Amino acid sequence: MNPLFQQRKVIIILVMLLIMAVYVIRLFGLQVVDQTYKDRAAANAIREIMVTPPRGLIYDRNDSLIVANEVVYNLMAIPKNIQAFDTFDLCNILEIEKEELIKRLEKAKVYSPILPSIIEQQMSKEDYGYLQEKMHKFPGFYVESRILRSYPIPVAAHILGYIGEITEEQLKEETYYQLGDYIGISGIEKSYEEELRGQKGKRMVLVDVHNREQGSYKNGEEDVRAVPGENLWSTLDIALQEYGEKLMEGKKGSIVAIEPKTGEILCIVSSPSYDPNLLVGKSRSKNYSKLYTDSVNLPLFNRALKACYPPGSTFKLANGLIAEQEGVLTEYTIYSCGGGYSIGNHVIGCHHSGATNLVSGVQHSCNTYFCRAFYNTVSNHRYHSVQEGYQAWRNHITRLGFGQKFNTDLPYESKGIIPSVEYFNKKYKNHWNGNYIVSMGIGQGEVGATPLQMANLIAIIANKGYYYRPHVVRCIGDKQTPNMRYTQRMESGIESRYFNPVIEGMRLAVLHGTATGAKIDGITIAGKTGTAQNPHGADHSVFACFAPIEDPQIAVFVLVENGGWGASYACPIASLIIEYYLNREVKRTDLEQRMISTHFIKTNNKPTKTED
Amino acid sequence: MYPGIENKSRFTKGADKYLLMIYAALVFIGWLAIYSSTYDALAEVRTFDLTDFYGRQLLWILVSAVVGVIILLIDSNIFQTYAGIIYIVCMGLILLVVFFGADINGAKSWIRIGSFTFQPIELAKFATALMLAKFFSQGKTSLERRTQWFFAFGLILIPAAIAILQKDTGSALVFFSFIILFYREGFNTGLILLGILAIFVFVITIKFNELYAIACLTVLLIVACVFNNGNTKKIIRNFVVYGSFVLFVFAVNFAYTQILQPHQRQRIDTIFGKSVDPKGADFNLNQSKIAIGSGGFVGKGYLHGTQTKLNFVPEQRTDFIFCSIGEEFGFLGSIILIGLYLTMVIRIIVLSEKARTDFTRIYGYGVASIIFFHLFINIGMTIGLIPVIGIPLPLISYGGSSMLGFTLLIFTFLKLSAEY
Repeated sequence: MNPLFQQRKVIIILVMLLIMAVYVIRLFGLQVVDQTYKDRAAANAIREIMVTPPRGLIYDRNDSLIVANEVVYNLMAIPKNIQAFDTFDLCNILEIEKEELIKRLEKAKVYSPILPSIIEQQMSKEDYGYLQEKMHKFPGFYVESRILRSYPIPVAAHILGYIGEITEEQLKEETYYQLGDYIGISGIEKSYEEELRGQKGKRMVLVDVHNREQGSYKNGEEDVRAVPGENLWSTLDIALQEYGEKLMEGKKGSIVAIEPKTGEILCIVSSPSYDPNLLVGKSRSKNYSKLYTDSVNLPLFNRALKACYPPGSTFKLANGLIAEQEGVLTEYTIYSCGGGYSIGNHVIGCHHSGATNLVSGVQHSCNTYFCRAFYNTVSNHRYHSVQEGYQAWRNHITRLGFGQKFNTDLPYESKGIIPSVEYFNKKYKNHWNGNYIVSMGIGQGEVGATPLQMANLIAIIANKGYYYRPHVVRCIGDKQTPNMRYTQRMESGIESRYFNPVIEGMRLAVLHGTATGAKIDGITIAGKTGTAQNPHGADHSVFACFAPIEDPQIAVFVLVENGGWGASYACPIASLIIEYYLNREVKRTDLEQRMISTHFIKTNNKPTKTED
Repeated sequence: MYPGIENKSRFTKGADKYLLMIYAALVFIGWLAIYSSTYDALAEVRTFDLTDFYGRQLLWILVSAVVGVIILLIDSNIFQTYAGIIYIVCMGLILLVVFFGADINGAKSWIRIGSFTFQPIELAKFATALMLAKFFSQGKTSLERRTQWFFAFGLILIPAAIAILQKDTGSALVFFSFIILFYREGFNTGLILLGILAIFVFVITIKFNELYAIACLTVLLIVACVFNNGNTKKIIRNFVVYGSFVLFVFAVNFAYTQILQPHQRQRIDTIFGKSVDPKGADFNLNQSKIAIGSGGFVGKGYLHGTQTKLNFVPEQRTDFIFCSIGEEFGFLGSIILIGLYLTMVIRIIVLSEKARTDFTRIYGYGVASIIFFHLFINIGMTIGLIPVIGIPLPLISYGGSSMLGFTLLIFTFLKLSAEY
């Protein structure tokens, strides 16, 4: 016993208590006072993983799938995490040479040792399945699935559009997206982006120190389920679209077909086009720049919406209607045509002559008649000046859909050209009259319209006075909820009785007039040819028509660039479209063949998908 | 006098009931913590698996319980009688391990037989405690004689040196915890204070540089000389001490800059806040603090920890098991655990002081010293107050050797202290 030192036990215990008191204070600081550790723990172990839902599919009006999703598998590798593995085994699965694999791995390492690189792109499902079983043998590798768009029927590229990675500028405006997300860039993909993309979900997962997923956080209580994108039903008749593209092969131009009663676009061809599958997956950017740099054919340019053509004689229909509505002529008004309309020394020629009323003016596309009608419209005594008269005409033509965008679900529309009063005032220093601009009466001069606007005019005529804004999506979602964006009936402001002589003229044009080439047995067609003068070369062949007259099902506008007379190409093509749409078969195979095989341009824009 | 003493028929007769209860509580908490830190959130159904860590630990707990019961049954005299032999055998054993042992995690301190591994150094702690108790309790020992202290230091330096040969620095340090025992048995307070001063000088040298350390020493020297008030003898002594400390400073500086491996230096730098390297040496400590800190006041709940389950915390079953408790049971759980340990240590000290024999008292202090030192180092390192030194948390960390070692220590004390 050391009683001398017994008091030391107190010191020992006190020192121990003191040390532990320091620890307790420290623990209090760490656990209770300092909140940062909680955040850091969460940052450590909880990862938010975005779940991108599958994009909605697109069907045509007859339920054919036209835009599908295809899952592809990429073999990824993070060079830093790669450990020694059996290269022979991996090469066997991928069916590549060992040297090739080493080359790819080297490339990945150069790109970034810590970021994933693609080692093998778009593996087949079989290879993927086989590889998946052996993945544990290849540390540092993993398989990533990606959903790509695919187009079972490779048509309607302009309308369907394409998707691509979001740009940094877009990211600044759109908070929904993250870098690397896909977004609709054009076509339906763009205008129905919100419906198609669905709603991203998120998964909270626990990761371990090596960033490996270890399971869900709180059993997934805080997960947000991804909402799949809505499927869309397009107004397109994909078979008709395909047929139209075939007819337009080797030609520049456009076909627009509209169901008049609804404004639904049945087909909308812009030629030359391209295979939409080109802008998918790994060769997208390569193919895109190829298409983009084709300055001769401009395959990416959607002529149906963006090209602004002089509408030519088909524009006479609108002018006739406006003149009637403005009261400057009636069904019975006769102008005599002496083979042209003279303005001073200048004559606008006409290939026909004689006394002409509205019906025969339309039937024979009389330039004189419509120049006078237009002159009389803008020089109407109702108005004090030509400016007011022109403004009245302009109001009408605007209500008929010209000089403005429809703001439809097709992106990148052009407004067309309908000059303002101010424009002419400025141009002619306030001194002008109807004759200065009379060529507008026959669709030439300072007027421009897109094929869509022309097709819409025909739809208005078919409907005798109203239209629905042309659009390409009819139903949204699997319940096929009708697309409510375009249900407002747009009135043209032209009384329906005024349409009768115009339609009659169009009917006669097909029967005995300028457009006899459009005749189809058993179908009554009202049509109007046009020859749009082209300052850059041969005239554009134009034809506008609808059928059947009694109960219009389809309104078609066709423009073939440099195709010459309206009757030569546009007219038969429009007629074939109608025949195909209404009868589902074409009996005039000779005509069909002639149209298909006539090529004005060399199309070198058919790069194949396998090209690398 | 103590509850349980009435149960003369039972093998636990006289054994302190509270100590037993704390022992059982700690073992139970430890097993729960090990279960939790190996808990796999992904597994849907968990079958009890003896090959998993918690299963193996349970086996060790059962083995320890059996050993504990045996100790309580045998004659307490054999400990004193055979202390020397036990000590020599254990020293031989750990020395053999240096040459023939298995290398696990860089420490060559393991005996491996098949899948079974054991660290005999844990037994050496018990043996040294016994040996010291026997040495100090021999009546003829004149504690005032310095040679006896040299001999006593020798007894702890032998296992410490062997531990260093095993590259097990943590265990080597544990043997110095017996200085608490020495202090109780009359070791010079001045020398202990000098030892503490040495530690401070060491810290200043590493954390700042040798010039700061020497400056501090100089200030202390001047103060001491003023207090000595012209006593030449004492002033000379002060200068001698001062001189040796200055030499010590240079030695430390030399060792730190020239001898230590870069990773060891990094460890020391990190604890002294000299370098920030969140993905390197700092990583472990950081993760440990994040785990404990994220526990909050009441913790995330049992099996709901994230940091200690997803391997963010290194050695989360062994040396850093306290993180698991801190994360899942929070501040409340942490102080309860510390409270349990402190109660155990103080209870051992109190029982030692009341012990009938010097042997029991000294042995008891040895046990208290070791347990407290483990607690001090282990919890200190997880909360970033002490450099990371790998020694287990008594009775809680995963590991059979440590479990068995502490069981031997505690049950032998229970047996000895029961023999009034």
